[in-house]
Amino acid sequence: MENLAKEIRKWVLKSTTEAGSGHVGGSLSIVEILVALYNGILRHDPKNPFWEDRDRFILSKGHGCPALYAILGLLGYFEVEEIMTLRKLGSPFQGHPDRRFLNLLEASTGSLGQGLSIGIGMALAAKLDKKDYHTYVLLGDGELQEGQIWEACMFAGHHKLDNLTAIVDLNGFQLDDETQKIVNLEPLMDKFESFNFKAYFCKDGHNIEDLKDKINKAKNDKKPSVVIAKTIKGKGGGVAEGNNEFHGKALSRTQLEEALESLGFKNDKA
Amino acid sequence: MIKLELGKATRVAYGEALAEVGKENKNVVVLDADLSKSTHSILFAKEKECEDRFFNIGIAEANMASIAAGLALCGKRVFISSFASFLMCKAFDQIRVSISCPKLPVVIAGSHGGVSLGEDGYTQMAIEDLSLALSLPNLYVLHPADEITTREFVHQLLKAENPAYIRLLRPASFRLYTSGKKIRIGEPEVIRKGSDISIIACGLLVAEALNAAEELSKEGIEAEVLDFHTLRPLNEEILHKTLKKTRAGLICEDHLMGGLSGVVSLWTAKNFPVLLDYVCLENYAESASPKELYDKYGLNSQNIYKKAKYLLNQKNQISLYD
Repeated sequence: MENLAKEIRKWVLKSTTEAGSGHVGGSLSIVEILVALYNGILRHDPKNPFWEDRDRFILSKGHGCPALYAILGLLGYFEVEEIMTLRKLGSPFQGHPDRRFLNLLEASTGSLGQGLSIGIGMALAAKLDKKDYHTYVLLGDGELQEGQIWEACMFAGHHKLDNLTAIVDLNGFQLDDETQKIVNLEPLMDKFESFNFKAYFCKDGHNIEDLKDKINKAKNDKKPSVVIAKTIKGKGGGVAEGNNEFHGKALSRTQLEEALESLGFKNDKA
Repeated sequence: MIKLELGKATRVAYGEALAEVGKENKNVVVLDADLSKSTHSILFAKEKECEDRFFNIGIAEANMASIAAGLALCGKRVFISSFASFLMCKAFDQIRVSISCPKLPVVIAGSHGGVSLGEDGYTQMAIEDLSLALSLPNLYVLHPADEITTREFVHQLLKAENPAYIRLLRPASFRLYTSGKKIRIGEPEVIRKGSDISIIACGLLVAEALNAAEELSKEGIEAEVLDFHTLRPLNEEILHKTLKKTRAGLICEDHLMGGLSGVVSLWTAKNFPVLLDYVCLENYAESASPKELYDKYGLNSQNIYKKAKYLLNQKNQISLYD
């Protein structure tokens, strides 16, 4: 599974450098969260992407989509090489997830704050249809400054939506600066708990086993749940690691080669 | 004055129609944002067979629009309602991102449209909702003028491929049609024939236009009156047919310039330039009874009559030079 994570990083870095733009930092921070979900937690089938009973996954922090495209490609939803068309005219791999171009995505996202509400709609549909699929929504930490997130939490908590789990990519940064400098989010666990969520903390959001353990516990709760995963923005991205300059910027060709080499990909020309 | 019978408010007809379609179709889900007693979506919620499919989202319109999208993505036919002002202004981005662009067939019912809302004042009055809805591609934009039309539209929307914005009104509306009349989305009705001027109206102004037309008729002026209930998809044929005949259009709406007036003006400017004038709002209004506000802002038959005469005068001046 570490290999899968490395492969995702490779494709995130290659595709964004090829595109000349993209959100490298927030794509690399969610890699292990995606691996934990798609490789063990989610009920899904790459050969049957529209399976009615599949678990739903919404990338509410839509700017992290290069990582989502990469894992979907690596798991066989399409040829992973195709994501080298990222952000180019006519590509299924739009700058933010867009179902018009890639209909196996569960939702179009990118305007922050909306994914959890969409997830509530899916969770309600499951209840109405008496289906047992679970809905997961991956949120950014900066995204939590959007008021709609808390509208959604209030509603999910009130209705005890036990088939809904949010995951927060707590990488500590937003576009302009550290979240604690812009508008502090803490105490985050208490906030979610006070909205009637069961909250879990994963102190290393790059530890796949720990993530799986927490998400598995979360999904079996009798109320909506959240897993807050402390991550490192730009993790494993060479010069981009821990460097908020790369929030919305791609690596240069040289930086890419260095990053790939440090990931163990030698002679893997970009 | 012609004799029109006062019927139900379109918001009441909406609630009743929701209950009808909800009982027939178990896939229908209805959401409201704490205004179900006003929008009358509560009539759906009160039905034993429907109550499980009604969710009161609370005072959170943005959340409601996105939840509707999530339900629609799982195959539900979703109707959401609130006041038109709150829905279109507060949930605009959610509608844009998750309903309009992905073309999910969610019905967005904005009640209490226009200054006909009355005493509650400007914060509750949607006078820009039609423009906002028209700015979103893929959305049908509907403004039924009476209860019969509203009921027909709700039934038709159940099978529509597109999302829709439907504007509903607070006060009782005059009944323009008899029960059983097939009124179709996309097919505005010519409800009075004439060849001198086309009065293109929507909502409560259709009845005002009919009254103005009666007055004009006494002077030998025959106005054609259209109930232009569908702003999108635009029926170019009906528009062309009437304007080709009259060469003068008076557009009437309880809305800022840019709703029905915008749609018709854009179409004529590009395709068939004719003389146009408008009976619509130019700025925010205030608290008063609907009648007082309609009189103050000229949204009445007297002003339609006056503007029609002026427009005809202009038309005649121009034809003098032909």
